[in-house]
Amino acid sequence: MSDIRAELRYASTHEWVRLEDDGTAYVGISDHAQDAMGDLVYVELPEVGQELEATDEAGVVESVKAASDIYAPVSGEVVAVNEALEDTPELVNQDPYGDGWLFRIRVADTAELEQLLSANDYREQLDSED
Amino acid sequence: MSTPDTRDDLLIFERSHAGRRAMAQAPKALPAERLAAIPDSLRRRARPALPEVSELQVVRHYTNLSSKNFAIDKQFYPLGSCTMKYNPRGANRAAMLPGFLGRHPLAPESHSQGYLACLYELQEFLKEVTGMKGVSLTPMAGAQGEFAGVAMIRAYHEARNDQGRTEILIPEAAHGTNPATAVMCGYTVREVPVNRDGDVDLEALKAACGPQTAGLMMTNPSTCGVFERQIDAIAKTVHEAGGLLYYDGANLNAILGKVRPGDMGFDVIHMNLHKTFATPHGGGGPGAGPVGVSERLKPFLPTPIVGRDGDRYRWLDRNDLPQSIGQLSAFMGNAGVLLRAYFYARVLGREGMIRVGEYSTLAANYLLKRLEAVGCTAAYPERRASHEFLLTFAKEAKTLGVSAMDIAKRLLDYNQHAPTTYFPLLVPECFLIEPTETETKEALDAFVDAMAAILAEAKNDPELLKGAPWSQPVRRLDDVKAARELDLVWRE
Repeated sequence: MSDIRAELRYASTHEWVRLEDDGTAYVGISDHAQDAMGDLVYVELPEVGQELEATDEAGVVESVKAASDIYAPVSGEVVAVNEALEDTPELVNQDPYGDGWLFRIRVADTAELEQLLSANDYREQLDSED
Repeated sequence: MSTPDTRDDLLIFERSHAGRRAMAQAPKALPAERLAAIPDSLRRRARPALPEVSELQVVRHYTNLSSKNFAIDKQFYPLGSCTMKYNPRGANRAAMLPGFLGRHPLAPESHSQGYLACLYELQEFLKEVTGMKGVSLTPMAGAQGEFAGVAMIRAYHEARNDQGRTEILIPEAAHGTNPATAVMCGYTVREVPVNRDGDVDLEALKAACGPQTAGLMMTNPSTCGVFERQIDAIAKTVHEAGGLLYYDGANLNAILGKVRPGDMGFDVIHMNLHKTFATPHGGGGPGAGPVGVSERLKPFLPTPIVGRDGDRYRWLDRNDLPQSIGQLSAFMGNAGVLLRAYFYARVLGREGMIRVGEYSTLAANYLLKRLEAVGCTAAYPERRASHEFLLTFAKEAKTLGVSAMDIAKRLLDYNQHAPTTYFPLLVPECFLIEPTETETKEALDAFVDAMAAILAEAKNDPELLKGAPWSQPVRRLDDVKAARELDLVWRE
């Protein structure tokens, strides 16, 4: 049973978003996504300063068996990326909701967050995919 | 103290001992005047780091290594999408005739008529078997053939001053090389979804086609191991939008002598001679990826091509084909591979080609039905297999905790090469199995027996699978560590 955190929002493409008090949000991939990918060997992240629209390609995660695009769950400017992943992509596998975050984005429109899946909705999506 | 000569896991460098020499492998000494002709700037300052070993050590080292190979010459090798068929020794022998081996690539045409005649006939043969109007043999691998093919699509639109065609459409079930090729040629890729039964989603394709469409790249039969049934409608849709159709020849074996890409409406195709025409391709090559084209793309074919004036053969170059996308290699590509494919085609002939398609499909469908009977799950149970088919072990992964990779590794202990695993990506925990036409029924049955035994082990003793292979020179390799800490250079 994969770990789904109640306090997060999810995109149907398996990214999670956590809104901070300063109006920025952390983005990562879900526990289910990291488990399905297997051990990651490479993570490609967006550039700091890059403007992303929701659903834009924001990067790539690569494991020994697959490479998969990461999509921006919300629109905004990238304000930070998790540079530790360059040398230790396994952080995404070990701690997908913590140290394995991918990038941080200044959310342009918080209403977009409401359009993402709640933890319950995301759980339903995973169950229906089985 | 260890005794190095009896250990079989040493590198040749680790066997080195100062002052040892091997006469058979020693480079020929050059005459002093030729050595003197080498400019000082190109001379080595230090000796190369070569192992110093005896001739017998060299022979023993590499013979032992080769005996550890898991190879088509030793085992069943059902690697889906790779067409690991037997490479006939006769074709090899003919291509190794001294007249071919000794020919210099700059030899004049008048001294090369036999060689040119073979290549010309191969061009004609490939045209006939694919239904295309022109062929260039020169691309040196499937990837270069793909590059040439999409470069011709680009050249065609540019020659017509048809601007704004920026997109290549690629079905989800495509080979990973297809999107890479499109991007290499300056296009953006738009993915087209595939239906539950393995066919392209025609409505989604119609919606995706437009004035921005440069072309569609597809493999038919697809990597799902099924024939695309709506190919007529797909060709019509793409052509009406002004795009061209590209055929990836990876799975040509299934339809050889039966259906021709040219008749399906494709404008350009690459063929993998190292798959379909039985030339060796273990270890990554050398390959050969000739391209075939419809009438409208003929002016853009890469050079050189062999032409014929009366009873004389000659090279066609940029003077004959001013709109050519150009030359892809120094000379004629992998000439030795082309010759092997030529002899293979000559030995089989028209009748033999038809039997290739029939027997590769028969073998795949026999194997699929027998594997289903012993408890394997087909990804597309309602479809007839082409020359390959997909199994999924999603159920085993969920209920027993054994993955497709565990089953694949365990197959090695049963002396069977594992099929292609985890490809295509849209089917979870999958095997892509391609037996080819060159296997006997007994070989196919032995594979079924191995799979039945492994499925029983998965239920009763899953650790046998998770720890496999147990019988090979090396155990389960750490592919994650290999990818993260790639280190291929030997250091003292």
